[in-house]
Amino acid sequence: MIRFTNISKRYPGGYEALSNISFHMEKGAMAFLTGHSGAGKSTLLKLIALIERTTRGQLFLDGQNVSRIGKRRIPYIRRKIGFIFQEHHLLFDRTVFDNVALPLIIAGYRHQEIGRRVRAALDKLGLLKKERLYPITLSGGEQQRVGIARAVVNKPMLLLADEPTGNLDPDLSREIMALFALFNDVGVSVLIASHDIPLIEELDYPALSLEHGRLAGSVVDRE
Amino acid sequence: MQRHAQVALDSLGRLYRNRVASLMTAAVIAIALAMPAGLYLLLDNLERLSGTWDGQASMSVFLQNSVSASAADRLAKSVREWPEVHSVQLVTPDEALQEFSQRSGFADVLDALDENPLPAVLVVIPASGYTDPAAASALRERFSRLPETALAQLDLQWVQRLAAILDIARRGILITGCLLALAVLLMIGNTIRLEIQNRREEILVTKLIGATNGFVRRPFLYCGLWYGVLGAIIAWLLVETGFWLLSAPVSNLAGLYQSDFHLETLPFQLLWILVMGGMCLGLLGSWLAVGRHLDAIEPT
Repeated sequence: MIRFTNISKRYPGGYEALSNISFHMEKGAMAFLTGHSGAGKSTLLKLIALIERTTRGQLFLDGQNVSRIGKRRIPYIRRKIGFIFQEHHLLFDRTVFDNVALPLIIAGYRHQEIGRRVRAALDKLGLLKKERLYPITLSGGEQQRVGIARAVVNKPMLLLADEPTGNLDPDLSREIMALFALFNDVGVSVLIASHDIPLIEELDYPALSLEHGRLAGSVVDRE
Repeated sequence: MQRHAQVALDSLGRLYRNRVASLMTAAVIAIALAMPAGLYLLLDNLERLSGTWDGQASMSVFLQNSVSASAADRLAKSVREWPEVHSVQLVTPDEALQEFSQRSGFADVLDALDENPLPAVLVVIPASGYTDPAAASALRERFSRLPETALAQLDLQWVQRLAAILDIARRGILITGCLLALAVLLMIGNTIRLEIQNRREEILVTKLIGATNGFVRRPFLYCGLWYGVLGAIIAWLLVETGFWLLSAPVSNLAGLYQSDFHLETLPFQLLWILVMGGMCLGLLGSWLAVGRHLDAIEPT
C-alpha cells in the first residue's frame, strides 16, 4: 500500500526532517508511527498525503509512483486517502452532515448517494442523531469522530491519522483506536502517528519508530 | 451542469446571508455602471434630437427686400435648372411671416410692426452629388454672387458643429466608461480577495480532502458573477428612475419649443446590456483575484 524507498525530506533552509527512510506497508495492514515530537512523524504523513513533496527517493502509493506526480493530479490521489488531524479541521459554519458530506461533494457524487453514505458513516460512529448540529456544540471526542466520519465516508483505501487521540482522555482514546481497528477489519489500510506509547503497547499492531528523522525500529516490513 | 447550478445557488445564498454588506458592494458597483449608462443614454437622446435635421443639407438663400414677388418666382425657376440643385422651394415674405409667428410665439410683436420685415427665401436642397461640405460651400458661393441674394446660409453648419460636440462627448463617455469598468473590476476583485481570506480554512480543508483547483475556484467565480449581475440590475433601476425623474421637465421644455420630443430609455435593451456587462466584469474581476490569491493557500 505504502512503499518508501530511500526517502529524504529537506526543508528550505537545510533542515532535514527525514533521512533515508525505507519501509513497506502491505495493503490492508494497520500500523503505528511513533517517536518524540520533532522526530518527523507529521512530515512522513504529509509526504504520503502529498502535502509535502519528497526531496530524494521514491514514494509508491498502491503501486503508483507519486514522488514526481504533477500538481493537477494530486487531488485525485488525495481522494483515495482519508486524513484525520489532531485539530480535526472541521468547518464550523456547517452542520455535522455538511462537514461529512464534503468529500463526496468534491468527488461529485449524486445527491441521494451523498445522503445515504453520510448517514451510513454517521451511524457507524454513533453520530446519527447529531447530523443537524454544528460542530461547536459537540464535545472534543464527538468532534474527532465527525473528523473520522469525514475521512471514511468515501471509502478510502488508506486512512492516515496524525495524533488522533492527542486531546482525548484515555477512555475516549481507546474508543477511537477501536474504531480504526474496525475499519481495518473491513480492508482499509491504516497508519496512525501517535506518541501515546502505553496505548500502542496495549494494542497488537506493528509500529514504526522514528528518531531524529531516521527509522529506529520497526515491526513492519523493513527494506 | 447540476453541480454548477448547485454552486451558483450556494453562492447566491451566501450573499443573501450577508445581505447588507452584499447590497452595499452591489450598490457601489451599480453606481459605477449607472454613470456611463445614463450619460450614454442622454447622449443618444441628444443625437436623436439633432438627427431629425441631419439628412437634410439644406441651404437658405435670403433675397434682397427689393426683389419683387414675380422676380423671386422667376429666380426660383431658373435656379431649379442648375445641375447642383435638387429642388427649390420659394418662401414668400407673407408665408415666412406666418410661419414665424406660429413657431416663435412672437405673434403679438409682429402684429405691432407696420410692414413685414422678412425677406423672401429660397430653400435649396442640393443635388445628391453636391451635399459634401466643399461642394455645398461652392454652391453657397454661387448663390452669394447673384445680385438678388442678400445672404446665402448653409443650414448644415450648426448641425455639423453639434455632431462634432457630440463626438467629443461620446469619446468622453467612452473614457469614463472604461475607467469605471476598471473600477468595478478592481472592486469585485478586492471583494473576492476578502472573501477568499475569510474562507481560508475552508479552502485548506477542501484542498486536503482532494478538491481540485477548479472546485475551489468555482464558488468565488459565481460570487463575482452575482455581484456583477446584482450591480447591473440596481444600475438599471437607477438609470430608469433618473430618466423617469427627468422625463417630465424635459417634455415640458420640449413643449415650450413646440416639439414633441421626449426622453427614451429602451428599458429592456438597457437591462440586457447592463446585465451582460456586469456579468463579464464580475467574472473577470473574480477570475483575476482567484488566480492571484487561491494558489497561495496550500495546506502545509
